[in-house]
Amino acid sequence: MGKITVNNLGKAYKQYPSRWGRLAEWLIPGSKSRHRLNWVMQDVSFTVNPGEAVGIIGINGAGKSTLLKMITGTTQPTSGFVKLEGRVAALLELGMGFHPDFTGRQNAYMAGQLLGYSVEHISRLMPEIEAFAEIGDYIDQPVRVYSSGMQVRLAFSVATAIRPDILIVDEALSVGDAYFQHKSFDRIREFSKQGTTLLIVSHDKQAIQSICDRAILLSQGRVAMEGEPEAVMDYYNALLADKEGASVHQVMTDDGKFQTISGTGEVEIEDVQLLNADNESIELVKVGEDVRLRVSLYVKEDIESLVIGYLIKDRLGQPVFGTNTSNLHHPLEHVKKDSRLQFDFRFSANIGEGSYSIAVAGHRGAVHVGGNYVWKDLALVFNVINFDKSSFVGVAWMNAKVECHV
Amino acid sequence: MLMAVPKALWAYRGFILGNVKREFQIKYRNSLLGALWNVLNPLAMIVVYTVIFSKVMHSKLPGVDRSFAYSIYLCAGTLTWGLFAEIVGRAQNVFLDNANLLKKISFPRLCLPATVVSNALLNFAIVFGLFTLFLLISGNFPSVVYFALIPVLAVLVMFAIGLGITLGVLNVFFRDVGQFFGIFLQFWFWGTPIVYPAAILPAKLRPYVELNPMADVVVACQTILVNGQWPQWSSLWPALLLGLVLCGLGLRLFRKHAGEMVDEL
Repeated sequence: MGKITVNNLGKAYKQYPSRWGRLAEWLIPGSKSRHRLNWVMQDVSFTVNPGEAVGIIGINGAGKSTLLKMITGTTQPTSGFVKLEGRVAALLELGMGFHPDFTGRQNAYMAGQLLGYSVEHISRLMPEIEAFAEIGDYIDQPVRVYSSGMQVRLAFSVATAIRPDILIVDEALSVGDAYFQHKSFDRIREFSKQGTTLLIVSHDKQAIQSICDRAILLSQGRVAMEGEPEAVMDYYNALLADKEGASVHQVMTDDGKFQTISGTGEVEIEDVQLLNADNESIELVKVGEDVRLRVSLYVKEDIESLVIGYLIKDRLGQPVFGTNTSNLHHPLEHVKKDSRLQFDFRFSANIGEGSYSIAVAGHRGAVHVGGNYVWKDLALVFNVINFDKSSFVGVAWMNAKVECHV
Repeated sequence: MLMAVPKALWAYRGFILGNVKREFQIKYRNSLLGALWNVLNPLAMIVVYTVIFSKVMHSKLPGVDRSFAYSIYLCAGTLTWGLFAEIVGRAQNVFLDNANLLKKISFPRLCLPATVVSNALLNFAIVFGLFTLFLLISGNFPSVVYFALIPVLAVLVMFAIGLGITLGVLNVFFRDVGQFFGIFLQFWFWGTPIVYPAAILPAKLRPYVELNPMADVVVACQTILVNGQWPQWSSLWPALLLGLVLCGLGLRLFRKHAGEMVDEL
């Protein structure tokens, strides 16, 4: 029970050159096909074994939702097939196709009936559904007055009122507030322990890594990678970093080289890497891990002095930490033309979980406004996860201890 | 294959009945009289047709010399036409109206037209029940002939379902269908002897009326209710055959394009 087999799945949308094309194709028997197939997904095959938890990740537009829709049967695949063994509960996008004019209670009954429960059965489950959703009196209000979070609360409560053999969850849960996310993930984890097969789409790395046994990375409608969640996540982050880098390059070609990599250009940043203790380039950093930021430079002109600095910013762009070689008492004087330099900044990543970016700059004085050779934003994007430290919140890791004196 | 449809619908009967019930509930939500409106609306219509036409305007039906004859004639036509128009009109939009549901949940799609038909039949039962009550009270009840309505209405419903599903599928891909049919339905109404008796039509137009399968069905109802006579069964053949053909065509279209449908919503 609870097995998902996806074999060679592909999806193409028909594109007609004009509105009349389809009509002609329908009406004229034996006429040549007038549409072009626009493939959004091809050759996707995988199996989720009973009791396994698999996460699907990928950037927006990679085909995650399309894949889930085909698995749940709302959309039909153009090629290949999906086989589901066991009772399926699915939460796609927002809500469960709730009718805006029906009350929450009526919608719960409708959704329950679509899942194959009888009215008496749903009536018995109803108190539990209401209690889990915690939307209070809103249960008897039409769904159109619900907030999106409330819709998700109700949809999740109905879909998981009885433990299904297979639970399929799209990004829906990210709409709920932190409290409900916690509550729902607890329930998902509980189901997983009891043997429910899970298929989850999420951008939440922690969620994928803590729940899933395996992750599948979709990219441009194909399986780009499948394996251990951590390894796949690393690869995904690299892909993301690459994408962000690419967008930077695009601005460059538009407005010339000095727009994004600003500066006077005497110095060129050739490479920026984050290395771990084993000298491997990483995108995923553990809280407290000792890392090195390696900045490789090429000096194009003779210059008087050179200071190299970096700035770590959080997801929202707030500076977290920044310093430079002048502050660290290591400025360089009289750098010759055509020399290549490599700076290693060693530090402990005593920062909280999340996504960070690093900007790197080379300038003349202690501050970069005084003669800026080069400035590169988003030179590197990395993620911090809490791997072996006690759980904490916030942007800084302070290695707290507790003592109790009586 | 042929049994798969009724089987799926039977398995989801709870959902279909639930839908009918919910739609019924929300129709007059936020109203003080609530479910009473389900009776008041059709009642008002029957009162208008009977009192205004027979007592105020003294409209007479040629050949029948009873005071309520024209009123009954009018009700027989409009009520049955109303059933037909409701099924077709709502079935042609049923997939568009439920796009939200279709995109998110997998279930036998034919549950939706089934809901439409059940709902229309329920509405019809209410209004026709009131009308029957009026026939009984005013002494115009057509005795045992009344039950001949059952096969006649069955033909009508079959025809409406076939047409409705066909248009419903087409409307997803070509939205013009819904717009066009809204206009067409008006002409069809006036082209059917509902408000006027077929006898007043000039001889030149008669052959065209005979091409209209709905005219046969409506006339059969009028024969039963106004004249208290058995309908001419053979006249129902065209509607029945056309209904069967449309049902087949509708199901075939549906089978072929159901998968593509969600992509177009």
